[in-house]
Amino acid sequence: MRTIILKSASSYLLPVLLLFSVFILLRGHYLPGGGFVGGLVAAIAFVLDAFSNGLDKTKGILKFHPGFFMPVGLMIAFLSGISPMLLAGLPLMTGIWADNPIPVIGAIGSPLFFDIGVYLVVIGASLTIIFTISESV
Amino acid sequence: MTNDIIILPLVVHLFFSILLMLFWNKVNFQKVVSMVGNAIALCVAIWAFIHVYNNGTQIVESGNWPAPFGIVFVGDMLAVTLVLLTAIAGFAVSVFSTISVIKARLRFGYFSVFHFLLLGLNGAFLTGDIFNLYVWFEIIIISSFVLISIGGEKNQLEGAVKYFALNFFASMIFLTALGVLYGLVGTLNMADISLKIAEVKDTTLVEISAVLFLVGFGIKSAIFPLYFWLPASYHTPPSAVSAIFAGLLTKVGVYALIRVFTLIYGGDSFLTTLLLFLAIMTIFSGGIGAIIQNNIKKVFMYFIICHIGFMIGGLALFTEVAMAGVIFYLIHDIIIKTNLFLISGLIYRIKATTNMKKLGGLYAHYPKLSLLIAIPLFSLVGIPPLSGYWPKISLILASFNAQEYWFFGALIFGSLITLIVIAKLWSEVFWKDQPKINFPKKFIYFDQLRLGQKFTFVFPVAFLTFVTLYIGFGAEHIQQLSQRIAMELMNNELYINAVLKR
Repeated sequence: MRTIILKSASSYLLPVLLLFSVFILLRGHYLPGGGFVGGLVAAIAFVLDAFSNGLDKTKGILKFHPGFFMPVGLMIAFLSGISPMLLAGLPLMTGIWADNPIPVIGAIGSPLFFDIGVYLVVIGASLTIIFTISESV
Repeated sequence: MTNDIIILPLVVHLFFSILLMLFWNKVNFQKVVSMVGNAIALCVAIWAFIHVYNNGTQIVESGNWPAPFGIVFVGDMLAVTLVLLTAIAGFAVSVFSTISVIKARLRFGYFSVFHFLLLGLNGAFLTGDIFNLYVWFEIIIISSFVLISIGGEKNQLEGAVKYFALNFFASMIFLTALGVLYGLVGTLNMADISLKIAEVKDTTLVEISAVLFLVGFGIKSAIFPLYFWLPASYHTPPSAVSAIFAGLLTKVGVYALIRVFTLIYGGDSFLTTLLLFLAIMTIFSGGIGAIIQNNIKKVFMYFIICHIGFMIGGLALFTEVAMAGVIFYLIHDIIIKTNLFLISGLIYRIKATTNMKKLGGLYAHYPKLSLLIAIPLFSLVGIPPLSGYWPKISLILASFNAQEYWFFGALIFGSLITLIVIAKLWSEVFWKDQPKINFPKKFIYFDQLRLGQKFTFVFPVAFLTFVTLYIGFGAEHIQQLSQRIAMELMNNELYINAVLKR
């Protein structure tokens, strides 16, 4: 699928889709969206890039093996889960929130970091699966 | 908060699982980290156990949501005892894995998944929410699928498919039972269900949900008509994996049965009769299966089934003496079954086979090792004062008091058949001269290992044997503990009051 249209479109679509995935991630606390969907959108951005420019170039953009995102994401989610135990003396997985919301991002709290963890795990898992399949074909 | 201690075993295992994933390709480093992680988990489990032993049932309300609404983790005596036993077995198996599992398998995240399995087991023991219990069961079976199929040998995959199919089926039935129960009482907190189920008028539906639970957990704990997946799959993975499966996976089904049938459906006469019948049949079919097998791994597998019957039958008798026997047996069984599969791995390393017909002369060449192996084998039979003897007294006494002579007979039969099979195994494997067979040349035998490697092989077996000896000679302590757990289980208002803070 090396068409010139897809190739030029994808070079614009990759950053736009990544930005969109971050938007979905951040709106997810009360509205539809969140880490899982955001992660899938981000994964699709890289898959589209791999379609048009080839797998090797996409791997060059990613720098790490996509599998590496999974433990990193899990670790972030894990730390957000135990942070109330360590910081506030509250039971596991209690949401702790900053008092003042930050413009654009919104309220910051431990659930946001959990969602970021999910986002990374989803990117890692789906890209590992897709890249492994496309390598073996 | 001090009662956070009960949840620390979960946190430790999750942390180490993720940590091991970060070092995916460094297998040797993973070995060390996993051993350290399990040692820490063991310390934390002991700490949690002592804390609950001194201060009574502890609860943690995750997310700070109050009890009937949020998910609670309940550390009662039964839960923390099982967490401690999981930690002991997990530590032994992780040390054994570092030497006995080949590198080709370890490369695919073996240790990481192993910690996930232990996480799932601890979670299942500690949770006080029945839907959360389902989620932990899912974590357990997903990790066990990975462990059973890692390596990808042909017979291993065949076993994995059977294991996968039946355990998924069991989960589906469990989920259906949950749906029916939630429809009846409108709550998922086990303590809350226990209060509300008494008010439900439609007793037929309550009974149906109970039978669905029985089938779901029955498949997982391998009771009579539902055990066929176990002999088909447990011998296929490496011994270390079989050991943790044998020691803990079927017991988590037994734990779920104990929890559900004491807390939610306490003492229903139809159910107890059904359970008793199933227990007797389980003992018979497991015992008869064990006699005809020639592979020591398969013999031990049928023993798992046979001895599950002891525990289910004790649960069916539903008296405090019987329950104390069940708990004592559970404690003894987890340690001993894990140890037996480690021993089968050790014998495989010495002789490159686990077939009794090809084995022999172990006592002549390894007298000290044979003596070490003899202790768990004799404990399994229940020769006094070793550990298998004490719970059987409680069970036999309880069955005699309840005038359940069929179960009494089944207990005697089960013990006798264990004795016969172990005697046969001892004479075939240890006393008989080594028959003339062709030993495979491309195999690293136990004798060729370095001293440190030999030590790593024998240490977990010795460690678990030491625990077994303690259970046998320190039976007074364990009996006190079992009686206390049995008292807590039979008077379930203690559990309910602790969870709902009444």
